[in-house]
Formats: sequence, structure tokens, C-alpha cells
Amino acid sequence: MRVSCTVNGERLVADDVWAGESLLYVLRERLGLPGSKNACEQGECGSCTVVMDGVTVCACLVAAGQAQDRDIQTVEGLAATGAIEGAGLHGPGQGAGLHPVQQAFVEAGAVQCGFCTPGLIVQAASLLRAVPEPSDAEIREALAGNLCRCTGYEKILDAVRLAAARQAGQARRPGRDAGQGPR
Amino acid sequence: MTSPPVSPPAAPPREVLPRGAPAGGVIGVSARRPDGVAKATGEFAYSSDLWMDGMLWGVTLRSPYPYARVRSVDIGPALATPGVHAVLTHQDVPGANRYGLEFADQPVLAEDMVRYQGEPVAVVAADHPEIARRAAARIAVGYDVLAPVTSARAAMADGAPRLHPGGNVVRHLKLRTGDPAARADLVLTAEYQVGMQDQAFLGPESGLAVPAEDGGVDLFVATQWLHADQRQICQALALPPERVRLTLAGVGGAFGGREDLSMHVHACLLARHTGRPVKMVYSREESFFGHVHRHPAALRYEHGVSADGRLVFVRAEVLFDGGAYASSTAAVVGNGGTMGFGPYVVPNAAMDCYGVYTNNPPCGAMRGFGAVQTGFACESQMDRCAAALGLDPVEFRVRNAMSEGSLVPTGQIIDSPAPVAELLRTVRDMPLPPDPGNAPDLRELPGGVSNTTHGEGVRRGVGYAAGYKNVGFSEGFDDYATARVRLEIAGGEPLVTVHTAAAEVGQGLVTVETQIARTELGCERVIVHPKDTGVGSGGSSSASRQTYVTGGAIKAACSRVRERVLALAAHRLGRIGAGLRLDGGMVVSAAGDPLISLAEVLSSEGIEETVQWRHRPTFPVDPETGQGFAHVQYAFAAHRAVVDVDTELGLVKVVALDCAQDVGKAINPQAVEGQIHGGSAQGLGLALMEEVQVTEGRIRNPSFTDYLIPTILDMPPMRLAVLEYPDPHAPYGLRGVGEPPTISSTPAIVAAIRAATGRPLTRIPVRPQDITGT
Repeated sequence: MRVSCTVNGERLVADDVWAGESLLYVLRERLGLPGSKNACEQGECGSCTVVMDGVTVCACLVAAGQAQDRDIQTVEGLAATGAIEGAGLHGPGQGAGLHPVQQAFVEAGAVQCGFCTPGLIVQAASLLRAVPEPSDAEIREALAGNLCRCTGYEKILDAVRLAAARQAGQARRPGRDAGQGPR
Repeated sequence: MTSPPVSPPAAPPREVLPRGAPAGGVIGVSARRPDGVAKATGEFAYSSDLWMDGMLWGVTLRSPYPYARVRSVDIGPALATPGVHAVLTHQDVPGANRYGLEFADQPVLAEDMVRYQGEPVAVVAADHPEIARRAAARIAVGYDVLAPVTSARAAMADGAPRLHPGGNVVRHLKLRTGDPAARADLVLTAEYQVGMQDQAFLGPESGLAVPAEDGGVDLFVATQWLHADQRQICQALALPPERVRLTLAGVGGAFGGREDLSMHVHACLLARHTGRPVKMVYSREESFFGHVHRHPAALRYEHGVSADGRLVFVRAEVLFDGGAYASSTAAVVGNGGTMGFGPYVVPNAAMDCYGVYTNNPPCGAMRGFGAVQTGFACESQMDRCAAALGLDPVEFRVRNAMSEGSLVPTGQIIDSPAPVAELLRTVRDMPLPPDPGNAPDLRELPGGVSNTTHGEGVRRGVGYAAGYKNVGFSEGFDDYATARVRLEIAGGEPLVTVHTAAAEVGQGLVTVETQIARTELGCERVIVHPKDTGVGSGGSSSASRQTYVTGGAIKAACSRVRERVLALAAHRLGRIGAGLRLDGGMVVSAAGDPLISLAEVLSSEGIEETVQWRHRPTFPVDPETGQGFAHVQYAFAAHRAVVDVDTELGLVKVVALDCAQDVGKAINPQAVEGQIHGGSAQGLGLALMEEVQVTEGRIRNPSFTDYLIPTILDMPPMRLAVLEYPDPHAPYGLRGVGEPPTISSTPAIVAAIRAATGRPLTRIPVRPQDITGT
């Protein structure tokens, strides 16, 4: 079958999709977007978290056909939705134009093997859109569906706190339209 | 249901390797990971992300039985399936159909016997993974099912089936020191059990094998040790190493579970047979069958103490269930046996430590490697001794703690700092978390928002533990690493390229590699070359050894490069080289005055040095007494755990888990903290929830629905104290970091639950019924 949907703002089409495939498989193997990860493919680990019509879902639990005409945002498209002006890391390839959550993960040491990182970043960015200054308890609850095996989560908490603080600082800065940073 | 497609995906080929990028920072600072940005944006290419034009998908058919004779294999219907390109069995293995880390005892594909549930029998390559899976299901295998051997004790019993030609005992380590008839004022004896833990790395076993024009193969794979893989693949394929080239793909965690081969040979066989690239990716369920686990253990300890609180003797018997194949069982026995008394001075010691074959899932390396199981039993015994003597558990440990100059039970003298007492006092003196109060937040209670208690029946407990771990490979193993370092001028500026085969598995080795090169050569721009077999072995990314050994090799290679650069500079400057240094891309005087830039000194070719570096040698232990200089370095940690226990339901909330560890020198402080956090979390998992449940040789919970690992709600905030007492024998004085926190975390948590409940808790993971007694 043919599946077409909007992914990171772009209308994409996948042909010859077998009905048993998941959205995750279509993203990774047919649309060239492997950023969403395949750690459990049974909805337990959150490593494939994407935003579908504004709601975070495990892409492994969405049948390919269910994605028809939906709006999907993956980790690959996240930076375009909220990069902070002038806040890139220093040096070439060091993340000018990253989303503040991505940047905070790198700076706080929240990335080790990184396999959980895309899902956690998509989930954390979604949390901060809804709750700009979450308490630790709110962060823990929001990220409870995302497994990480390397970090013990301490530096993930640090990263989300850092991103929240930066975004709050940014939002309070006069004369700036939050969330409209350079691409 | 429609058939799967046969057309390849429309995706463009992706960069196979992570990009190197400068991140800045010398040793001792929290330099950023060179791969951090790529991992945060989703661009980093893990082994399961690889893709090539025309590639096929490989899948594995596995035995459903833990022990059976294979009577027949009919691949006809599978091979006739449209879209299938190959179905291979053991008859298609051109070389030796045996591999293994320490003993080549495991078939690449089963011949006449299967010895564990999940043993690979055949492999299939097809256009789509679902076609391959369906075809594999059409392979008809005739089995004569046999009664499996399902415990270490049963495997050692008279009359047990011999699972391998040499018998069922993989190794028996015997240690005897001091007076075998020593008598003590008080003797405490108990038996302990440790369940089977899974590494549960998130990135599944996967890789891409690409047939080469020279008849060889290129394999892109997630692993811990490229050269050990290469050696085993070469034997199975009957090819020389120059025709089996491995490149490290992005690794989604390892923790020991990638030390053995998984899909490596299978993908290479399929690729060479079909002439097409073949990708294999295990599902999570298959992953539980596709790698070794932590050995379950049955341990019996007898501790003798004097009335004044000194350990007089320890006598122990430890049984490790190695499962169907040896993997690294012999080395696990070596660690468990030689370090099975904890970080304490034990004047009279006896240990019989066994690793045996059974028909359970094969067990091998996992973080802590033999010291985790014995650590739990020893620390539990230390608490029982302290209680029997009426002593505080920290005070009793401190009285018996190892220190620099101590004699360990192998007869080895500890010749570098061993601040066990200070580590224990440090965690004891950290502030305790506040009491939950009268109206606690549900999220802070055992059971959480399940609303199982509002505080009634909840009791708090505090527990302590210390642990230690050997760093590097032991018992005479030729443990070395290779580093190639190149300094050149690129774009008018100095550029250093570090090339090692040492696997980055998430721990941050690539960051440390750049920091060492920056420190030694005074250049900001450092690139880490992709990890491959184009350079000599880096040894395994295990045993907490890479910063020490590969770090040592890079330091040595940089040192040779620096000598050559300074000699060239001295020649150009017309002065002697003594006192010259490299800093900021310049040759500077001893006082730091810039003399000449590297761009002026270096010719267009640059300078390159390759060094094979070894730590000081270790030696095998005596087979009768276990005595010898077995370990090159020890690393120590201590934990304090605070728990709230719902004593009616047996639910536990860990409220605080604080750790002190001596790391010698923190090369990257942020990464050190990350290792301690993560290692402690895996210890928490073993204490409370993680167990591969095996019944009659069958895994009952091969999924993340049923095998639980700690979530962010399970992990408490952690206070850390990182001590830096340099080891004079190690590069920069550093000590391995990764494993010690996994050892002491578990027993500290269990001790805290005992303190809250008064239950003996001799088995981990602790289950609700162990707490409630129901």
C-alpha cells in the first residue's frame, strides 16, 4: 500500500508498504529517518517517541496505515521548531541551531550511548511545551516511559532543568518572539 | 494480508560512521563528547541504522528446546519462498563451526545437538524482514527432546549428562591462605542466591555485512572488541584477517553483553553466499536469546570473627551457572574466586569457586564480572557479623578495611591507594534525606501513584556496602592496546588524528581519547578516526580498562610524536631540544615563551607513530592455593542506600543512593559521574527488579514488559563523592571507573531493606514475597 503523511513539515510518500509495518519501520527503513530508535518495538522503552498530531506516541505502536495524512514530527525535525538564537555550542559541528533540549542534553552529559536520547529529547521537548517550568516530580513523571540504561537518569534531569531555565530566560527577554530562532 | 514488498526502500545510503568533531578540553575537564550532537539530533548511525542499496535482511531460526538432538533439518520449503535468497545451516560454514571467547565450544549453527533454548540452527536472507521471518518458520527441524540440566548443582552431580566432551565443570578455582583450622569467637554461616541479570543495552544486536571483491567481507557491527570478533569470524569463514575487515558501527550500550559474537558470522555467511549486503537486527525478544547474561550464583559463606570485631577467617563455596557454552565463565570464576571476600583483610581464607555448564542460557560478561555476585554475599555477611557483634555496620567494615599495603587473599600486596575506610565514612557522613512527614507526596512513596499506601505500613531503612573490582584483564593475560597518532598541518593549523580499535560503547572513550591527545600535543583540533581493524587491537571495552590501557597507548604514541616534533624544532631553532614543550599549536620554551609554530616545523607529511602499550604484567594464580599477582589494579567504591518499604505489600522505594568512589584521576569528571550514576542504577535493578526468569531451561520473560529495568521514577537523586588518589603505576594516576559502583549499590540497597524490615533477604532480586514473608 501507499502511505503519505507530513513528516517534519514535508509531505512524504512511501510506496509498497506491507500492512504489517509500523510507522517506526516506515520512518527508519523507507523514509530515511532512522533517528527514532528501535530498542524494544513493543511500546515499553520510548526510544521511538515521535509527535503525531501534537501528541507524543511510540512510533513502533502506530501501524503504518494509521499514519496516513497525519502530521509527524521526529527528532530530526526538532531543531527547526525551537532553536535558540546565538546559543549554539562552540566549534564546528557543535550544534549551532540545536533545539534547547538537544543542546542541554549534550552539555549536561545526558548522552552516553545515546540510543534512548532521541526519544527522551522528543518527550522532554513536548513536556516543556506544555509545562515550561516543571518540578522534578513532573519531569520524572513525564519521562517515566523512556528507558535509559547508561545514565541512571541524573544528568537527564539536569538537562531538562537546564533547558527549562534557558527557555524561561529566553521567553522573558524583551522583544523576542519565543520559538522563532534562526534555522 | 498482502505480501511484503520486494522493492528496496527509497532511503538514501547513510553515512556508516559517526562523525568526528572537535569538542575542546584537556584531561581533568568535562570535555564534551565528540558524538554528542549527532546523537542528540538523530544523525548518529547505530548498527541498526545502516542501509545499502540492494541489501537483504537476515534472520535466525533458533531452537525452541533447551536440550535436544537435531535429527533433521529440511530447508526446502523455506528456500522456495519467493523473495528468499539463501537458507544456510551448519553445512554452509566453510571453516571451523566453533567459536568462543576463551574456549571454542559454541557452534556457529547447530549440528547434531542444541544445548540451550534459542541456539541458532539456521539463517535466512530475504528481501524484507517479514519474508525472512516467515521463511524461517517454514524450516522443518526434527528434534529428539532431552531432559535439560537446569542448575549448577545438578550439573556437578554424579551421573549428570556430560554436556561437553571435557565434562561439565568449566573451571574450579581453589584458594587457600593462612591457617585452615583457624578458630573464631563467633561464626556466621549463610547461603545466598543471585538471579540472572540481563545487560539490557538498548541498541539491539545488529550490523551490516558487505561482500567484497577480494572474496572477503566488510562487517559494520556494534561490539566491544573488534579484533576478538575478527579472530573468531576468520576461523568460521576460513579467511585470513586481511579479508575480514571490521568497522565499529554506532553502539547502543554494551555492559558486557557484546563481548561474544551474536549475528556477526551469520551475516557474513549470508552476504558471501548471496553476494549482496545483508543486514541483521534482533528484536528485543531475540536479544534476550542472542547474548550472554550475568551468571546466576549460589553462594555459601562462613565468616569467623573475633570478639573485638576482626575478621578471622572466611570460607566460601561459590557456584556460577555458566549455561550452555563457556563464553567468559572461566574469567568470571577467576574474579569471583580471587575477590570473593570483599575489600577487607582476611588472614585465613578458603574458597572453592566453580563455573559449570548447564542447559540454561549461556552466561558471560556483565559489568562487575563475578565481583557482583560475591559482593552481595560478602556484604550481607559483613552486616550479619556487625549485628552479631553489636557493632555499627560502617564501624565493623572500617576496622577490617583494606588499605594501601594490605595483603589480599591471593597474597598480592596492594601497592597503590585503597581508601576503603574513607569511602565508607564519606557516604556515612553525607546528609540524610528528610523524613517523608505526615502528608507525603504519593510519588515519593513505595507503589507511587498506584495509590497503594499513604504512608501506613511504610518503614525507612539505611544500609551500607563497599565493593572492589580488578581493572583490566588478569591472571597473566597479555592485555595491551594499540594507538596510532598522527600530527599534521591541515588548513594551515595543526590537526591530530587518533586511530584506535577500542570500542566506544557509550562510556565516552572517544572524548577521553581527544582529551589525552590535546593534553600531550598541545593542539586544539583532535579527530578520532573511525574504529576499525585497520589498526592493531585495542583490547576489549570491558573490565573498566579502556581509559587505562587505550588511554595509556595514546599517551605513549603522543609522547613519541612529541619527541620527533621537538627534535625537528630544535634543529630548526639551532638549539637543544631539552625543555621544549608543545602548547597552543606552538613549540614553547620551558618558561612558556612561543618559539616557533607547528606549521613551520612540520613538513607536508606530518608525523605518525603507532604504539602497542601494555600495563605491567599479571600472573596466573597457583592452581592449588589461588596465590599470585593476579590483578594489575583494584578500584573501590562504597554506597549508602536509604529506602522506604511498604512492609504489607513488599514494595520498595529507594529514597537516596549515595556513592563515594576513588578514581585516581578523573580524566573527564562529568563522564565519571555518569558512570557512577549508571552503574549504581544497574545495581539497583539487580537488587529490586531485574531477573531473567528461567524455568526448566526456558526464559519466561524475554521482553521489556516482563524484564524490568529501572525507570526515572525508580532512581532516587544521588550524592557523589569522587576521590582522586593517584595510582603511581597507571597513566595520569587514573583508576578504572565503570564497574565498582555496580558492585556496592546492590548490597547497600538490600541492607537498607533488611534494616527496615528485619527480614534476612538472602536472594536477589528481592521480591515482594521475600519482604512480606507470604
